Amino acid sequence: MTIANNAGALIEAETLTNITPSKESVVHSLPDKPVIVIERRSWLGLDLRELWAYRELLYFFIWRDVKVRYKQTLLGVLWVVLQPLLMMLIFAFLFGRIAGIQSDGIGYSLFAYAGLLAWTFFSSAVTAAGNSVVNSASLITKVYFPRMLIPVAAVGANMVDFAIAFIPLAGMMILWKVRITGNLLLLPIFIIMVVMLAVGVGMFMAALNVKYRDVRLALPFIIQVWFFSSPIILPLTIFPEKLRWLLALNPMAGIIEAFRVSLYSHKSFDWQAIGVAAAVTITFLIFAIYRFKRVEREFADLI
Amino acid sequence: MKPIIKVEGLGKQYRVGSRLQQFATLRDSISAAVRKPLAALRPNGHSETFWALRDVDFEVAPGEVIGVIGRNGAGKSTLLKILSRITEPTTGRVELYGRVASLLEVGTGFHPELTGRENVFLNGAVLGMRKAEIDRKFEEIVAFAEIERFIDTPVKHYSSGMYVRLAFAVAAHLEPEILIIDEVLAVGDAQFQKRCLGKMNEVARSGRTVLFVSHNMRAVAQLCGHCIWIDGGQVMSRGLSNEVVVDYLASSQPQKMDGLITKDMHYHDKLEELSFTRIDLLDKYSNPTIVSYFGDSFRFRVEFEVLAPLKQARLGLVINKFDETVVCAVQHTDTALNLLNLQPGNYVAHIQVDVPLVPGPYYVALFAKPDGGYWTSAERSLDYIAYALAFNVEEVSAEGGAVLPTNALIHPVSNWTVEGLDYI
Repeated sequence: MTIANNAGALIEAETLTNITPSKESVVHSLPDKPVIVIERRSWLGLDLRELWAYRELLYFFIWRDVKVRYKQTLLGVLWVVLQPLLMMLIFAFLFGRIAGIQSDGIGYSLFAYAGLLAWTFFSSAVTAAGNSVVNSASLITKVYFPRMLIPVAAVGANMVDFAIAFIPLAGMMILWKVRITGNLLLLPIFIIMVVMLAVGVGMFMAALNVKYRDVRLALPFIIQVWFFSSPIILPLTIFPEKLRWLLALNPMAGIIEAFRVSLYSHKSFDWQAIGVAAAVTITFLIFAIYRFKRVEREFADLI
Repeated sequence: MKPIIKVEGLGKQYRVGSRLQQFATLRDSISAAVRKPLAALRPNGHSETFWALRDVDFEVAPGEVIGVIGRNGAGKSTLLKILSRITEPTTGRVELYGRVASLLEVGTGFHPELTGRENVFLNGAVLGMRKAEIDRKFEEIVAFAEIERFIDTPVKHYSSGMYVRLAFAVAAHLEPEILIIDEVLAVGDAQFQKRCLGKMNEVARSGRTVLFVSHNMRAVAQLCGHCIWIDGGQVMSRGLSNEVVVDYLASSQPQKMDGLITKDMHYHDKLEELSFTRIDLLDKYSNPTIVSYFGDSFRFRVEFEVLAPLKQARLGLVINKFDETVVCAVQHTDTALNLLNLQPGNYVAHIQVDVPLVPGPYYVALFAKPDGGYWTSAERSLDYIAYALAFNVEEVSAEGGAVLPTNALIHPVSNWTVEGLDYI
C-alpha cells in the first residue's frame, strides 16, 4: 500500500527519538520462569500465597468500609452499640416482662444480648458480604486482585463492630455481677466459628448474587427466617423436642448457645451440638470457597 | 532478546446471550432449564457464541512501548482485560515475566466520602502498591496533582479536574515492570492531558514495558515505537507505529476512489439544509485522483445539494495529516467570497489550496456552517464529513535531488542567498 510507505518515513524521526531509553533505564534481568501465567485454569485451587501477598489490600478494604460506614452519621460508632442494646430492651420487655419466658436461669437481658451480639454480627456480615461483590463491579471490571478479598473484607469490617459491641456486654456483666469461669477462655473458638460461618455464607451469597440478582432481594428474608430458627431471643428449650435435631443442623444454634455458656457458665457446654456446628461450618466454608472460585472467573463478564 | 510478554494462541469466546443480557434471574434459569431438553432436540441450538479474540500471538520485548490500536469492538479491550487478569481467556496462554499494573481507568476504587489523602492510599493499594511505597511517594503524588490544600477534603467536594489530577497522579507513580494503559488520556483539560502525555513519555523512556491502547493516533504515534493493530479479534499487523497506524487509518477510512459521499459518512443522521454529495481531488488534467505530487496545488471539486433555502452559510475544508494533526482549515470566505445564500438545487465548488505538504498520507474533512459562524463544533454544523477523502502526497522523482524533511508538516519554498561579507 503506497499510503503506508510514505507516512512511515514521515514520522520516523520523531518516534525514533522516543524509543531511545534514557539513562535511568530499568535493568532487565528477566526471571527464567514467568511471574504470571494467564490461561484458563482447570484446577481451581486456593492460592494461599497469593492471598497472603494481597493482605495489605484486604486491610485497606476493611479500613475503607469502617471509615465510610460512619461518615456523616450523627452518632457514628455509637450505632454499633445501640443496635443490639435497643433490640435487647425491646425483647426484654416483650419476652422477659410480658411473656415471662424462662431464659435458662440467667437474666433475660443478659440472655438476649449475648445472642443478639453474635447474631447482629452474623447477619450484618452476611448481608454486607453477599452484596459486596456486586457493589464492587467497578473495581472488578477494572483491576485484578483475588476477588475473595471483597466478601472477606466485608466480614472483616463487621468484626470491628463486633468487637465494639462487647463493651456494653462487659458493662452489664459487671453490673449484674456475673461470675466468670474458665469457660471464657473458649470464647475465641466460638468467635472464630461464627466468623468462618459468616465468611462461608457471605461468600456463597456473593457468588450467587453476581449471576442471580434475586439474592439481593431474598437475602433479608433468608436472614429473617434464620433469626427465628436460632436460639437468639428464645431459649432452645422452647422449641419442641422433636424439632431440636433439626435445629442442631443450624450451626448458629450451637454457636450462640456455646457463646452464652462461655460468658455466663449457667450450664455446661453441649459438645455434641458444638461438634455438629463446627462440622457444618467448615463443610459450608469449603463448599463456598469452591463455588466462589468457580464463578469468580466469570465475574467480570457477568457483572 | 527474550520477551517479557509472550502471548500464544490467545482466544476469548463470549456467549452472545450472556453478554447482552447482563444478568439473569433465577426464574430465567429455571425456565431455561425446563426448555433446555427441547432446545437440545432442535437441529441448531441457538446459543450463539462469538470470538472477541481469536488466535492472537505476539511477543513484547522488555522496555518496548507498544501501542494497541483498532476500531471499537475489535477486541482491544478484551485483550487488555485478559492481560490485566480481569477476565480469563478461553484458549491460549500468556506469560508475563514481570510485575504488571493495569490502568484501565483513572481513579479505580476512589471513594467519594474519603479524603484525598485516604483515597491516595486506597487507590494505590488497589493498583498494587505497598503501603510503604505509597508513604514514600505520597508528597510527590500530591505535588504532581497540585492539590496540597485540599488533600484532607473528601473527594466528593473536588472539582472533576482535581479528581482526575489526583487519580492520575497516583497511577503515574506506579512502578511495575509492565504497565498496561487504556485511554486514560481521554480525561482532564488540554493542559493536564499534555502533562499526562509528558509523564507517560517519561515512563516509556525509563525502560519499562508499556502496552498502550488508545484511539488517539497522535498519542500512539508519539509514545509507541511499535504497534499492534487488532481487527475482528485478530492481529492484523504488528510493526513500526508509523506504518501500522497508517495501514489502520487507511483501512478505517472509506475507500474513496469514486469520490462519492455516502450516507454513513455524514456526521448528522439527518440533514436539513445542505448535504455534501461528492468530493474529488483533481490532477493536472482535471481527472479525479488520490495521488498528488509534492509542490502541486491541491484542486478539489466538491458537489453539494442545497435542500432548503440557505442563508449566510459558510463552507470549509480541513486537511489533516494521517495522525489527525490538522494541517490547515480553509473556508470559502478566505477569498473574498460572500457568505452563501442559495436556493435548493445542486452546486459545485472548486477549491484550490496551495500548501507544500511533505510526502505522506492525508485526509480531508468537509464542513458547512450556518449563520456565518466560524467553524466551532460538529454538532452545530449543517453538514460535516470527518473523513471525506484520503489522498497521498508523493515525492517528485528524484531529479531535483532535494531531500524533504520527513518529520515536518510542510516544506515551503524558501529563498536563500549566501554571500561573502569581507569584500563588499
